[in-house]
Amino acid sequence: MKKLLKVIPLLVAALVLSACSSSEDNSASSESTTCSPESLATVEAGTLTIATGEPAYYPWVIDDKPESGEGFEAAVAYAVAQELGYDNAAVKWVRTSFDAAIAPGPKTFDFNLQQYSITDERKQVVDFSSPYYKSNQAIVSFKGSKIDGVTTLQGLADAGAKLGAAVSTTSLDVIETQLGLKASVFNDNAAAVTALKNKQIDGLVVDLPTAFYLSAVEVPNGIIVGQIDGSDSGDQGFGLLLSKDNPITSCVTKAVDAIRDNGTLQAIIDQWLTASAGAPVLS
Amino acid sequence: MTAPVLRLDKVRKTFGSEVVLEDITFTVPVHTATVFIGASGSGKSTLLRCINLLDQIDDGQILLDGEDISAADINPDEVRKKLGMVFQSFNLFPHMTVLENVILAPTKVQGVAKDVAVDEALELLKRFGLKDKADQYPDRLSGGQQQRVAIIRSLARHPRLLLLDEITSALDPVLVNEVLSTVRDLKREGMTMVLATHEMGFAKQVADEVCYLHNGRILEWGAPSAMLESPSRPETKEFLRRVHDAGRL
Amino acid sequence: MKKNSGRGSFDGATPSEFNSGYDFGGQWSPSELELARRQARKKKNQRSALIATLSSFLVLGTLVIVIVTSPGWETLRNTFFKWAYGVEVLPKIILGFGTNAMLTVIAGTSVALLGLAIALLRTSRSPALTPFRFLATAYVDIFRGIPMLLVILLVGFGIPALQIKGLTNNVLVLGTLAVIITYSAYVAEVIRSGILTVHPSQRAAARSLGLSHFQTLRHVVLPQALKRVTPPLLNDLVALIKDTGLVSILGVTDAVRAAQIQTAKTFNYTPYVMAAIVFLLVTIPLTRWTDRMLRNSLEKQNAQGQA
Repeated sequence: MKKLLKVIPLLVAALVLSACSSSEDNSASSESTTCSPESLATVEAGTLTIATGEPAYYPWVIDDKPESGEGFEAAVAYAVAQELGYDNAAVKWVRTSFDAAIAPGPKTFDFNLQQYSITDERKQVVDFSSPYYKSNQAIVSFKGSKIDGVTTLQGLADAGAKLGAAVSTTSLDVIETQLGLKASVFNDNAAAVTALKNKQIDGLVVDLPTAFYLSAVEVPNGIIVGQIDGSDSGDQGFGLLLSKDNPITSCVTKAVDAIRDNGTLQAIIDQWLTASAGAPVLS
Repeated sequence: MTAPVLRLDKVRKTFGSEVVLEDITFTVPVHTATVFIGASGSGKSTLLRCINLLDQIDDGQILLDGEDISAADINPDEVRKKLGMVFQSFNLFPHMTVLENVILAPTKVQGVAKDVAVDEALELLKRFGLKDKADQYPDRLSGGQQQRVAIIRSLARHPRLLLLDEITSALDPVLVNEVLSTVRDLKREGMTMVLATHEMGFAKQVADEVCYLHNGRILEWGAPSAMLESPSRPETKEFLRRVHDAGRL
Repeated sequence: MKKNSGRGSFDGATPSEFNSGYDFGGQWSPSELELARRQARKKKNQRSALIATLSSFLVLGTLVIVIVTSPGWETLRNTFFKWAYGVEVLPKIILGFGTNAMLTVIAGTSVALLGLAIALLRTSRSPALTPFRFLATAYVDIFRGIPMLLVILLVGFGIPALQIKGLTNNVLVLGTLAVIITYSAYVAEVIRSGILTVHPSQRAAARSLGLSHFQTLRHVVLPQALKRVTPPLLNDLVALIKDTGLVSILGVTDAVRAAQIQTAKTFNYTPYVMAAIVFLLVTIPLTRWTDRMLRNSLEKQNAQGQA
């Protein structure tokens, strides 16, 4: 009898807890009452696991060390973490390849940021936060290439340019759909950059900030041929990527909105992405 | 007196430390057949292979028509054009028909025109009763037929000297006779031959001289009747007795 | 049927116990004993066949039912087997396969020639060729030891990085080159083993006929060697067709990459299944043909053993 009495409160507690958690699971689109480390259903309790690319490039991450908080995306990540109530020690970083994270299925991270453009197709298999940055696509090349000096989109086609992009990126879509050209498709940006350095492709399509970095640092005699006009209207900006129907998505979105509204985001943009303007526009 | 077709002078052959042939000296006059008998491992096959330059001798001299073919600067391919060799395992080329086997050497080595070579080949095959097998592949022929084709193949190049290395050892006793009669025909036509064999029938019917090879040395030699019926050396007697007991005499 | 045995007496056996089936005319027809045996065997075979068919149906049927009624089946079918979508992307995949096919033809012929050359080099005995023999052995060891992916990366990306004037940096050319270099090493070894298994007595006979070393090789050894290794070589060809896809890491769009691009847009994996089907349409006939050739050549070989 005594044993039974001891068990009853445990049973009650278990029932209450399961009711609570099941209600959280069932209402994926309903708001969590609080967005704090104690209540967020993260991959690891009490820790915010953030993922980025391997390697992570400048200016998104400096020296491939996101833990330092240096770099645009590293800074955004820590800003969002702070907003959610995680201090820097409670943030853990993991790396994934670009396309592995977009694929449907469970994730090893809470959110992933590596210049993921929000698209409707992707939204069918993953969640996105509200956008934290919007940028045009641009073409990186080298001095003396076939497309050096081209000023119009038609000029690209006329020059018989061989343009490259990584698979499953919106950059690839830009080449194929918007420009209507056949692309050299690589497994990742690293391979595409290698091909560009070897002059095996004439130009590489990436987002504008990455284009600045590559042309200034990675590609010898690198140039930016120009931004592709209208390439940012097709996508809705970069968003933090989460697994589909993740219960913490709404909290993360709220955090992004918050740092946008209170100016933190703009400050980060100003600090890390000052060179965003200044590339000619190709149309 | 014409030079003998073949002359060996004190030929010696070793494999590593093993002495396989020692002090081999004999001559083969034209139109004669010399038959070597001896136990397995006595060196008969090695002897023939040395004459054919498939193996290099370690001492002595081999003269073909008076020419030293064991010299260092000799071209074996040139020498082999004058020799023909038939092996125990026939060695017909399985991916060619009988006819193609026979015309291969004349066309490729001697540059004979193909139709001429074919005519000659068919003649030869007809002479030895194998014309109807001309377009067959070797695997369709009996062992005896294959061996006869092998003989014809070596004849197609009109060699000076024919070397026959235990050509019936791999055959059914029943088939030995057809090969024996082919060799007899060759003898009748005047082919100069050196044979290594277990078949005493060959020795009796074909040989002008029989040599007994014992542990790499020619222990005794002479006319077939004398050698086979009344040899003088005890080793020869012992060998012939064993062969007789095995039913091969 | 006459009950006369015609083969001697069988003391004690009554005519009905033994009936050899031979009639006076010498013609044979089956005896009752044989007929009874045949009946029994037929019954046994029928029973086995029935059991086999039933059990096959049972097993397969169970498998199909288990799969189709499993909770994930609908999702699986939509994600991997959405045929309407598959047909839609098929033209792009076939276009990509054109690259695989072209690569296979070019690489295949080159590999055959280069592999043969290396095999001949390795089996030569002339002292003048010793340094080349050594190089050939090193070549074979190295390129059978490095994963082809690495070779493709080294040749496709590494060499252009040297920016040597006059040297092409076309990814398709370099990728094909990498495939040729790697596969020639394997093919050379296969051909070499074929050459070595041609019995030395064949060479002895050929040389005795006066054929030179080269003539012996060309007319006697190689025809037999190549016939012998045709099945493993055809195996290598099938492997080559599939491995040509690896050059896609250099930016070339082949069938696999084409499927990957489509899949990345919709997150539906049916394009991969379509690409697999395209490959199978080419490789299966090839492997069946290889099997048939192997069977024929074995029959021929065993027939030869009678001599």
